[in-house]
Amino acid sequence: MIELKNVTRRFGDTVAVDGIDLAIETGEVCVLVGSSGCGKSTTLRMINRLLPHSSGEIRVDGKDITTLNPERLRLNMGYVIQGTGLFPHWTVARNIALVPRLLKWPQARVDARVRELMTLLDLDPDTYANKYPAQLSGGQAQRVGVARALAADPNILLMDEPFGALDAITRENLQLEMLRIQRQVRKTTVFVTHDIDEALKLATRIAVMDQGRIVQHDTPENILRHPASEFVENLVGKQDRGLKLMSLRPVRELMTAHARPRPATPGADALGEDDSLREALSVMLCRNLTQLPVCNGRGEETGVIARERIIRDGV
Amino acid sequence: MRNWLPVLLLIALLCGLCAAMPVLEPLFRGLQPDKARVIYQRESLFFLLGHHLMLVAVSAAVATLVAVAAGIFATRPSGRDFLPLVSQVASIGQTFPPVAVLALAVPVLGFGEAPILFALMLYGLLPILRNTLAGLEGLDPTVREAALGMGMSPWQVLCQVELPLAGRVILAGIRTSVTINIATAAIGSTIGARTLGDPVIAGLVNGNTAYVLQGAILIGLLALAADSLFEALERAWGAGVAIANK
Repeated sequence: MIELKNVTRRFGDTVAVDGIDLAIETGEVCVLVGSSGCGKSTTLRMINRLLPHSSGEIRVDGKDITTLNPERLRLNMGYVIQGTGLFPHWTVARNIALVPRLLKWPQARVDARVRELMTLLDLDPDTYANKYPAQLSGGQAQRVGVARALAADPNILLMDEPFGALDAITRENLQLEMLRIQRQVRKTTVFVTHDIDEALKLATRIAVMDQGRIVQHDTPENILRHPASEFVENLVGKQDRGLKLMSLRPVRELMTAHARPRPATPGADALGEDDSLREALSVMLCRNLTQLPVCNGRGEETGVIARERIIRDGV
Repeated sequence: MRNWLPVLLLIALLCGLCAAMPVLEPLFRGLQPDKARVIYQRESLFFLLGHHLMLVAVSAAVATLVAVAAGIFATRPSGRDFLPLVSQVASIGQTFPPVAVLALAVPVLGFGEAPILFALMLYGLLPILRNTLAGLEGLDPTVREAALGMGMSPWQVLCQVELPLAGRVILAGIRTSVTINIATAAIGSTIGARTLGDPVIAGLVNGNTAYVLQGAILIGLLALAADSLFEALERAWGAGVAIANK
């Protein structure tokens, strides 16, 4: 659990972060979102003491961070940044092993952990372990960055626009990957982004920041339904809020389930249970269909979803 | 191994010439027929080579220590205010001609090795300092940020990340400094230091071109050998980082 109480950060005369209060529960993903210069990165960097806070109090698991040794504090916080910050003179395996080695784990345990993480992040250990960061694509490098952050199993994960420099397809893949990993490891995560769609997709709760203050801190659904101010309303997009709300809900919530799964019709369009209502509607509009079959992960058809139902109950 | 071959060849040639200069007597005789002696034999050439090398090595070692330490200091958060000052001081060191430094140092330090060591050190400082600053400042800032953010101490960041990454550039600075100083050290002979400049000075005083040539050839070869040694070192150092920078 991370608590910020009345935290302020000044750079000279300018106030970058202005007396914010924020509580991040254990295991939740808190996304700080806002335009550049709103203080979201500054807030993140104060949590691991890369920047000292000018006033106020930051507590991690009940302890005031200024009373802790900064290196010890950071060893328990995975840190992922936009440029990856991988060490170019170290191999992928050694980069991932950074924190376990700082913690002086025995070599065998380090090696096993590196393989485990590379597998978790969908990087084949035999192919990539001995490559250098410059030999990787942007997406692969960021996977290594995430693996490095998770290496010593920290309680907290801090991510500063980690997918900001990636192309749209790679970014989407990594977002899905992150949701999958988060379901497995349940880290308390603080995630900074300027992309509201990314925030809506990943967050348990979103903190919208503007000019150093938090203007709204709530679940993605409440942010969309009840934006606290004009600023938030503009940020989430006035016109397509309906579609964004649909993208928060999976197809499984509104489908008509079959009594028992049946084999899928080969070659037919089908949706996954975890696809969003927005995707379902989009496919139907595009193909001019009134309903679509829904399949589970094993490829069995588990139900159907109707266009009328999405339009009536989707938002 | 291929990297080291030119170094070995040049060193072999250098030692060969030092040992077998008298063999070349007919050649120099043709160049300077009017002199009784055409081969410099007042002192063993090996002795002069050794002394010359010692002067360069000691001054380079001191200059490297001072310059790298100053460069590291000026790029730390606590020393950053001194960054402009440090680079200015180093530039001024380079604008003094070594001969002027010698002339000024002799009254204080006396004749012999001390003033030339001082001049070489001062003169060798700038290339190393400049490259140390360039190497450390040129690092990708996200690498330092990530290193600190992952929990490395500033000391660990310096030793495990910054210096290995900047090492190649620093080494290039040392290479420039040493190569220049091998040539500059020869003027030490004018104030009583024993260097490969001895035959050159003796030749100039006596109007014996053969002497001048012998000294000059050896100094040139020594500079080439040192340069190719550093080139091989840089390649060896860069083997890992080179892939990384591709």
